[in-house]
Amino acid sequence: MSDELRIVVDGRTIPARRGQTILEAADLAGVYIPHLCHLRGLLPHGSCRICVVSLDGRTVSSCTQPVQDGMLVASDTPELNEHRRLLLELLFAEGNHFCMSCERSGNCELQALGYRFGIGASRFPLRCAPHRIDASHPDVLLDRNRCVRCARCVRTSAAVDGRHALELVGRGIAREIEPGHGARLADTALVAADRAPDACPVGALLRKGEGFAVPIGRRRFDHRPIGSEIEERSEVHP
Amino acid sequence: MRMEDPSSAAIRSICTSVDRDPGRLLDVLRAVQAQCGCVDNQAVATIADCLEIPEGRVRSLVGFYAFLSERPLGEVVIRLADDVPDWMAGRDRVEAAFVEELGIRPGATTPDGRIGLAHTSCIGMSDQGPAALVGDVVVTELSTDRAREVVAGLRSHGQPARLVRKLGDGNNAHPLVRAMVRNNIRQAGPLVLTEPRRGEAMRHALAMSPAEVIRAVKTARLRGRGGAGFPTGMKWEYARQAPGAAKFVICNADEGEPGTFGDRVLLTELPDRVFAGMTIAAYAVGARRGILYLRAEYAYLAPFLEHILEARRRDGLLGHSILGREGFDFDLRIQLGAGAYVCGEETALIESCEGLPGTPRNRPPFPAQRGYLGHPTVVNNVETLACVTRILEAGPAMFCAQGNPSSSGTIVLSVSGDCELPGVYELPFGTSVREVLERAHGREVAAVQVGGPSGRMVPARDFDRRLGYEDLPTGGAFVALGADRDPVEVAARFTAFFAEESCGHCTPCRVGTGMLRDGLERLRAGRAGAADLDMLNQLAATMRATSRCGLGQTAARPFLTSLEAFPDAYATLLRSDPDGLRAGFDLERAVATATGIRDGGTHVR
Repeated sequence: MSDELRIVVDGRTIPARRGQTILEAADLAGVYIPHLCHLRGLLPHGSCRICVVSLDGRTVSSCTQPVQDGMLVASDTPELNEHRRLLLELLFAEGNHFCMSCERSGNCELQALGYRFGIGASRFPLRCAPHRIDASHPDVLLDRNRCVRCARCVRTSAAVDGRHALELVGRGIAREIEPGHGARLADTALVAADRAPDACPVGALLRKGEGFAVPIGRRRFDHRPIGSEIEERSEVHP
Repeated sequence: MRMEDPSSAAIRSICTSVDRDPGRLLDVLRAVQAQCGCVDNQAVATIADCLEIPEGRVRSLVGFYAFLSERPLGEVVIRLADDVPDWMAGRDRVEAAFVEELGIRPGATTPDGRIGLAHTSCIGMSDQGPAALVGDVVVTELSTDRAREVVAGLRSHGQPARLVRKLGDGNNAHPLVRAMVRNNIRQAGPLVLTEPRRGEAMRHALAMSPAEVIRAVKTARLRGRGGAGFPTGMKWEYARQAPGAAKFVICNADEGEPGTFGDRVLLTELPDRVFAGMTIAAYAVGARRGILYLRAEYAYLAPFLEHILEARRRDGLLGHSILGREGFDFDLRIQLGAGAYVCGEETALIESCEGLPGTPRNRPPFPAQRGYLGHPTVVNNVETLACVTRILEAGPAMFCAQGNPSSSGTIVLSVSGDCELPGVYELPFGTSVREVLERAHGREVAAVQVGGPSGRMVPARDFDRRLGYEDLPTGGAFVALGADRDPVEVAARFTAFFAEESCGHCTPCRVGTGMLRDGLERLRAGRAGAADLDMLNQLAATMRATSRCGLGQTAARPFLTSLEAFPDAYATLLRSDPDGLRAGFDLERAVATATGIRDGGTHVR
């Protein structure tokens, strides 16, 4: 059984390897499937559901679905994009995302997805629930108001930094990022050299002492929508 | 039982009793909660140290399971069931009596720390509600007077067991059970609720090859009784074919779908039939170990079930060389849950068995490929396993003689709500809703919630529809709703249940269930227009399509199916937006929320 496979995403045949997920194969081939909780190098989490695709009449998350030879996948369809838009609106309504004052603005993946999907405002009532801020750590700030529960920091701290400095605790809407040890971020083994803070797609984990380092106009998403870097990888532009 | 400071020596000894196996973390936490009244930060640190795991992992369980708590909830906690049948039976009046008598709101503890009051989801007593768990003791058929007696009793002697005066029928009166629970078996047989024939099914199974056993289950066309209806034989075949030396059989006794209680009766009266089913499954797939995952609400049955397991070991029906068959070894342990509906989802249940929060897994891989501790695992529901035993006892043909081609056999229905004869009815698949209501003496029934909140609200015009996988699938719940019940209120209550029980992993369920609940509340309060209803429909479609597990995928069904059944009930609630403002905006609440935001716990010096 060969490990070199082919799958079809939105009518385009792309190469894939056994053991890859649909999202990984698409990403490498320059087909952008929007995603948020996925971060290359980490085990998939399957939580944000932005990367949902249609497969044999079912809707599955492409970040967790392994490829099979000849698989027919639909991603960029009006129906799926409507689901994605609604999921993004739920995330905006869940947290307190005040882009105007957020240091991550322009580099924020949630904000960038919002722009890509043309979201002006969430159609859902904002929850406006107060979330705790933890400023105890000398190098890193945790602002739960902006968290999207993607666990990218949790997974990075465990798998890359080897520290378990952060954990998702609680059930349902009460699920929050908590220190992996003690009661405050300062009680954990987290150090400035860790990669976990950089894994945050939004402004929930910020490094102290370097606010607004990149001027407007040179930020990550100032000129190109999120996903462009993947689409440019494609040999054949659609 | 006085509460003491969590003694680290006691906690260490609990950890040692499970050989410091992190996989048994849930057992450790249950024991610490029972002994110390809570699992506080100091206890978390001690447990993490003793099991050599990160503190965050311990804390993630304490935050997940409803029966674990960071703070002491009281020496005895009264958990009053808050499901729809209990509400219909008057649980709100009972709650008011508890609140008045104790002087505290639900979620609080009396100032002397002795009694806590809490809400809980369905505890599997919908046929004899309003019901509550007082400690581990089940108290049924509560009235306001009885609630006052319960409080008086706890104040004077503090022993929940002494609240039980009259024992229930059958094994409810067994010395190891001693519960006031009644079986309420209204229709027994012809298949599942029949006289036990101990050992017979297993002797028949061992006379066959494992492949032949699987063929027999396939020939009987047995499908999972938990509600999803996956063909059992096929599930077994996948697990049998999956590579791996160690394989597991798990019985899902986390019966949590509100309005369901049939498994309670099977575990009380026919536990041997269930354990035989597990042993036959083990023989068929090549498993040597198993787990019965018992929901925390049924903890009162645990000592009795342990006693049945001991008897089976003694009689050679469990353990080494079962029934003298060299090389056929199988044994099982009971894993108690800790209050989480989502653990009924099979991959969440496996996580819980491994000592993790009950968060469903990404699939694939499926449990039959990689389940408990990464090994091929079969997860079957209690009733499914009882059916297995009957198929091997009486043969597939006898089983198939009941029901129809797509739904063979019978279903053990849990009937509750507006009817004279609530209880357990074993009926062949294909029975109509109307026939069930006639048997149960329904009282002016306008609709039936078939299959619980994740099932469907069936209006009277559809009472000729039939129970079965091809028409109205059900895990057993059958709640009769009288003409005076408001379908929108019922839907709102079911939706609130899903919001309460969402594990919080994926966006559509974590955020969507709460948005839907709030949307229905606005609608009921007359603060929603047609545009809001459209929005809820779109939300429901996204939740169904994109949620990661069955909970989120079905959480909008109370709304969707009640809207389909009673469109007029919704239409009369809609308001137009005469002043140009969205009817859905609640100015007062927004202001209250905004003024409530404070700088608590920021740790900014």
